[in-house]
Amino acid sequence: MHEPHTAEHAHPQLGFWRKYVFSTDHKIIGIQYMITAMAMAVVGGTLSMLMRYQLAWPSLLSPTMAKIMPDAFAGGVMKPEFYVSLVTMHGTIMVFFLFTAVLTGGFGNFLIPLQVGARDMAFPFLNALSYWVFLLSCIVIFSALFVEGGAPLGGWTAYAPLNAIPAAGPGQGTGMTLWITAIALFSVSGLMGGLNYITTILTLRTKGMSMMRLPLTQWSLLVTSILGLLAFPVLLAAGILLLFDRVGGTSFFVPAGIIMNQVPLMDHSGGHPLLWQHLFWFFGHPEVYIVILPAMGMASDILSTFCRKPIFSYRMMVYSMVAIAALSFIVWGHHMFVSGMNPFLGSVFTLTTLLIAVPSAIKTFNWIGTVWGARIRFTVPALFAIAFVSLFVSGGISGIFLGTSAADIQLQDTYFVVAHFHLVMAIAPLFAAFGGVYYWFPKIFGRSMNMTLGKIHFWVSFIGVYSVFFPMHILGIGGQMRRIYDPTQYDFLKPQQPLNEFITVAAFILGAAQLIFLFNFYWSIFLGKRMTERNPWHATTLEWTVPSPPGHGNFGDELPTVHRWPFDYSVPGEKEDFIPQTVPATVVAH
Amino acid sequence: MPVISEEKRNRRIVPPPPVLPGGDGGDGGAGDFGGSFPISKGQLGLWILLTAIIMLFAGLSSAYIVLRGLPTWQNIALPSLLWPNTAVLVLSSLTIELSKGAVRKNQLQAMKAWLALSGVLGLIFIAGQLAAWRQLVHAGVYLPSTLQSSFFYVLTGLHGLHLLGGIAGLGFVLFKAMRNRLTVFNHEPLKLCATYWRYPGGRRRRCTN
Ligand code: HEM
Ligand SMILES: [Cu+2]
Repeated sequence: MHEPHTAEHAHPQLGFWRKYVFSTDHKIIGIQYMITAMAMAVVGGTLSMLMRYQLAWPSLLSPTMAKIMPDAFAGGVMKPEFYVSLVTMHGTIMVFFLFTAVLTGGFGNFLIPLQVGARDMAFPFLNALSYWVFLLSCIVIFSALFVEGGAPLGGWTAYAPLNAIPAAGPGQGTGMTLWITAIALFSVSGLMGGLNYITTILTLRTKGMSMMRLPLTQWSLLVTSILGLLAFPVLLAAGILLLFDRVGGTSFFVPAGIIMNQVPLMDHSGGHPLLWQHLFWFFGHPEVYIVILPAMGMASDILSTFCRKPIFSYRMMVYSMVAIAALSFIVWGHHMFVSGMNPFLGSVFTLTTLLIAVPSAIKTFNWIGTVWGARIRFTVPALFAIAFVSLFVSGGISGIFLGTSAADIQLQDTYFVVAHFHLVMAIAPLFAAFGGVYYWFPKIFGRSMNMTLGKIHFWVSFIGVYSVFFPMHILGIGGQMRRIYDPTQYDFLKPQQPLNEFITVAAFILGAAQLIFLFNFYWSIFLGKRMTERNPWHATTLEWTVPSPPGHGNFGDELPTVHRWPFDYSVPGEKEDFIPQTVPATVVAH
Repeated sequence: MPVISEEKRNRRIVPPPPVLPGGDGGDGGAGDFGGSFPISKGQLGLWILLTAIIMLFAGLSSAYIVLRGLPTWQNIALPSLLWPNTAVLVLSSLTIELSKGAVRKNQLQAMKAWLALSGVLGLIFIAGQLAAWRQLVHAGVYLPSTLQSSFFYVLTGLHGLHLLGGIAGLGFVLFKAMRNRLTVFNHEPLKLCATYWRYPGGRRRRCTN
């Protein structure tokens, strides 16, 4: 079982701590990212269950809850401040600490060196540092739940001026300061990671691995890292200014004459709250693509593998990814249509926003082209990848409505927006990530997950997410506000309450289905079926040519040489329906 | 969905894209200079870091520009030390270039001297900025006083941190130089340091007008 390694095995006898905890091996770091992000997902998911409970039965007295969380459920009913802090923490944890972290930190770390044919990242120490700073940021954000006053209330977008003023609410003191600190740490960690990902993909590719032979997962990680490199520093800049407004007495985002809780704020003057929105969304819109692009890349590779067909129009897939990334920097105003911006500017942002639908549609048609007429192998990863396409389309279509400023003035800040961004940036990437876990699990851990449980997990989740998020469009058109604490306080929303109850029941079932996944994941790490085969899916990319799990240094004595693109499936005249990237071109009979 | 015959399916297979011309394939090396990518992994990493820093300052500068247009904007009298400080900084980027020039001509002693001088100039600059802050404080201009004073303290503070990072890197290069690890053929750390140093010299602080 021991592969002959040479130079890379200069230190074979690393102890447990060096090998699995303070490791600089990209594979271990990837697993660390993945497991930490999953723990954060459990936190974020639990918060969302509490939110759904409140929305369905807002005035139900619950002595049990009052006993478990006496502060939050004073007298048995959830306090409004607590609800808003749930919203904030849920959004923040899911966007940053789950999706951004698991897609680039988790999959990126594990897959980049293996798929480009490198022994490790370009800067392994920096890579490890990136994880430890990420872990620190997770601890900081988590601790915000337990400090005096509780977690911050301002939403994941942290709009000024309320988030610039500690007196604005119970969680806006220590809680909000922790929030800014955690986001700053996260940005720094993300930059250290991104520096590694870009450098590794560009400079450490093995012989023959030209850019146009990279798997789409790699292209997506490259483009995502560049987006992060350009977007996160702007968030960091905004965060620094916000922090100074809070602790340094400056007024970058705070205008004069604010009256808070009947007390006029005397010591602030002259700033501009909209500046925060501009800075935040200049980061925020690219951020949503930071999340979706790796999901697109992984889903493309998985689809092609299980359709046993090359991806439809590889080049257009690459170009459209680059186009989406470039356009994502000039659309941020579509989050600010109702901020009082000049209507002419609004039309400009409408135009750029609708433009971004073009490369998105190209990708969608290419996925359909890939699936079209294929003999699909409906394995669990394939199901998740197909569902990804469905979810992306469902969420993207509502984006076109929202991107039209005239329509958005009505829909802004309603559950229609909640439905849109959950489908497109939360659930679609979630499904791609699930697909990725089921697909690469054998490579990561050398064992396979249980596929029967996987199918149950898939179907309950798939029906679950549509049951939860589709009706939200209706709620939103009916006028239910986003971040609302109790919909029944308005008479005009009361008729919709059964829909809220339905969504909550569906959400509970959906949540329970994720327990199946968690069980399957951890059980399979230790007790799953051992993989005897290196390449169980008959895939073409480099990671499948090495043992599972790959040894230190990944590729034994010699780095592989690449002779072809990663999509040689069902090549006419070949015995096998796949040709690994390492097979020389001469073997192909034409 | 119609079942497609084997032959028809095969005709649909899109041929793989050809390799891009110009040796775009990877080389399986360690990312050192001379591989298929035009610059070494160290240089690329440094440029990525600098891009992040540029974006950070671009974010801050755009905030500056937006707020400067507000009616509430009040200018402050900038400390007189600012200009001599700037001169020191420009001088230090000059000396580090001289150090790089020296190692290219294999004048290792000169390289060390210029390098040490750059570090000293960097420290003088930081001390000068602290003194400039004191000048402001004496004039009664504090961090929260006006929007421009807020920007002044925040931007110069961050710039100082950026330079401290540079001085730490320079110290590391000097340490290597003292142990004679830098040669005509191999002085990438010095080159990286000079690149990092040159960058803030070229981009002067926005809040001075
Ligand atoms: C066809 C493509 C898309 C269009 C035209 C579009 C348009 C919009 C618009 C106009 C809004 C603002 C709605 C409002 O606040 O009133 C919005 C919100 C949002 N979109 Fe999209 N979108 C598209 C795709 C995406 C994708 C791919 C993602 C994520 C991967 C995404 C994530 C989000 C998020 C997170 C929000 C809510 C932000 C917040 O206020 O918290 N969108 N979208
Ligand atoms: Cu957007």
